[in-house]
Amino acid sequence: MQETIKLTLPLDKGELAKLHAGDACTLTGPMYTLRDAGHIRLLAELAAQGTDELPYGLAGQAIFYAGPTPAAAGRPFGAIGPTTASRMDFAAPRLHRAGVVATIGKGTRSQQVKDACVETGSVYFIAVGGAAAYLAKCVESSTTVAYDDLGTEALRRIDVVDFPVFVGVDTTGADVYEMADGD
Amino acid sequence: MRTITKEMVSEALGAMLPNLAFDLPADIENGLCEAARREESPRASEVLRLLTENARVAHEDRVAICQDTGSVWVCLEAGPDVAIAGDALAGVNDAVAKAYIEGNLRKSIVKDALFDRANTGDNTPAFTEVKLVDEPGARLHVMLKGGGSDNASRVVMLTPGAGKQGIIDALLACVREKAANACPPLIIGVGIGATFDKVAGLAKHALMRPIDEPNPDPQAAALEEELLALVNGTGIGAGALGGATTALAVRVETAPCHIAALPLAINMGCSAMRRGTCEL
Repeated sequence: MQETIKLTLPLDKGELAKLHAGDACTLTGPMYTLRDAGHIRLLAELAAQGTDELPYGLAGQAIFYAGPTPAAAGRPFGAIGPTTASRMDFAAPRLHRAGVVATIGKGTRSQQVKDACVETGSVYFIAVGGAAAYLAKCVESSTTVAYDDLGTEALRRIDVVDFPVFVGVDTTGADVYEMADGD
Repeated sequence: MRTITKEMVSEALGAMLPNLAFDLPADIENGLCEAARREESPRASEVLRLLTENARVAHEDRVAICQDTGSVWVCLEAGPDVAIAGDALAGVNDAVAKAYIEGNLRKSIVKDALFDRANTGDNTPAFTEVKLVDEPGARLHVMLKGGGSDNASRVVMLTPGAGKQGIIDALLACVREKAANACPPLIIGVGIGATFDKVAGLAKHALMRPIDEPNPDPQAAALEEELLALVNGTGIGAGALGGATTALAVRVETAPCHIAALPLAINMGCSAMRRGTCEL
């Protein structure tokens, strides 16, 4: 395995195009947490406004599929980690076309999401599920942006430092889960 | 005859929560460490390093091992020498709410699966059951079950002719389709027998048995070993990024069933298998 690639958020599509499925990376900068109920709301808002213009400054940003625990141990969250990304497959292609450049989660994606990654030059990153106490130490700050009534499922902007991920689906549509071990 | 009361159950549950969310059981932590020593795949090695480091951080800082602090499952198990008060489980939800609020755990329960998906705000209700057994005494089994691994679970009503091979095929199909979503290395609970509704309970109870305690029945223990070898032979690995350890253990529980039936339940457990038992 090659050395870890250090990436800065918001992500540059030129940099994303250089990544390959399986690459180990770290992310530093702002990203947005959103999961099941928030995606249903966001798509409803896009439908209501009748355009694909993303609200809440999400254009060009990365969405982390996560619902954190409350603050603990002096950190913004006691624990934060990826939830199963395939549950957001219904929304991801539309959000990529509207300008979301990356998603972060765990588990497999649909062919439609991979096609959208190719079409828009976007990437799906995998974070390690079950390492949420460790990942919470990479989060410096958090601000609730919208959907506060959803509790853990609210839209939050978080600032992360050296947040470890692997490239799950790259801009050619290659999928790390379909690669032979050690590729 | 000693009576198990609401107060006894609430006190025991309160003492177990929220620590169950902070401390990985010793058998699971040992299993992860052993897997890390054996692993040769670089990506899986990094996943296992993060998981063992994560367990250390959670334990030392008293924070949750996983952000999904689960639905709370409580099983009150009672032997022939104790009586159970009819309201013995009536204090469970108050104990859960207190622990989840004071312990800064995530509240992950909605009011109704379909008609009202508003979060209840305190992780209640818990999901409870009473089990009467032959062993004397009484005990409380508690599991914090993550949603991602539960979603990767399934019940399959096989036919008797499918036999052991049918169970192997169904298990491997489930693992190939769903392991990546369930946070491997997995602990896989397998229930075989009973009826449609009861077989899922067998699989869940199987997850309670520590991964270093094979089934006491030699046939079931041999099946556990065979299934584990086949699951790890898939090469899916830790984090599903390739490697030798897709599962730490397969736990099998079998039961009688109808002449027409071969019920199978697979309850996926993630690497953050949070469970414990307290004698009452």
